[in-house]
Amino acid sequence: MIPDLGKYAGVVMWSYIATIALIAALVVLSLWQGAKVKRQLREVEERQGRDHG
Amino acid sequence: MSIWEYANPKRFMQTSGLLLPWVTGLTLACLVAGLIWGFFLTPDADKFGSTVKIIYLHVPAAMMAISAWAMMVVTSIIWLVRRHHVSALSAKAAAPIGLTFTLIGLVTGAIWGQPMWGTWWAWDPRLTSFLILALFYLGYIALWSAVENPDTAADLTSVLAIVGSVFAFLSRYAVLFWNQGLHQGATLSLDKEENISDVYWLPLLLCIAGFVLLFVALVLLRTRTEIRARRLSALLARERLA
Repeated sequence: MIPDLGKYAGVVMWSYIATIALIAALVVLSLWQGAKVKRQLREVEERQGRDHG
Repeated sequence: MSIWEYANPKRFMQTSGLLLPWVTGLTLACLVAGLIWGFFLTPDADKFGSTVKIIYLHVPAAMMAISAWAMMVVTSIIWLVRRHHVSALSAKAAAPIGLTFTLIGLVTGAIWGQPMWGTWWAWDPRLTSFLILALFYLGYIALWSAVENPDTAADLTSVLAIVGSVFAFLSRYAVLFWNQGLHQGATLSLDKEENISDVYWLPLLLCIAGFVLLFVALVLLRTRTEIRARRLSALLARERLA
């Protein structure tokens, strides 16, 4: 249950929404970049492994 | 065993791979506990009403915005002196995290400032130096992207990190140098008279721990990505030469 925030409810809620949105965007971007680079590296290593193997 | 062993990318990948799940779990535990405690279980403040709940975001974010730059300065100096690539890559990895914390500090400060000070923004020494710190973060990230040779980029961004440390320092201590402006003094103090009330102190400490751990987890994750990206470009370069 959300506590009674009185006349500052909008101020408090927008602060939390903005913070969660910024952190979520950073985490998603970091995970996406990490997964992309990991996949590309695996593909290149496999290809070069085959070529030299 | 020496700390410099972790400058070896392979060793760093092994150790960070083991640490990352634990740090992520601890981050979630601290953030969830601290924010639930602070948001739901602490009373409104006499002077600030329910806006006091914003300190659980604003204070840790602002602290970490400055600390992230400090970490970048240290790792940049290590790069300049010892030429360890992991060190330069960890500074690069930390910059977007520091920028995000700086933006959180600026945004939550502006949202809080409107009802409390009657304005979203003031050219107060602390606010202004914090805005300049955000611009330094943007410049640092842009410089890494603009320079093609990674070692040259690491050299130039290391110098920028050292120059920008002046503003990181100012954004922390500006209120002490210029005893003016809207921004109040430190929220946390060893002086019991100045420190915030105990009822807010413990959840705030948990939130600070959560933000510190979030920073560590993201730096580990992003540094691992940077190390892989460096290896990927080396393999592709070798392929082109073959």
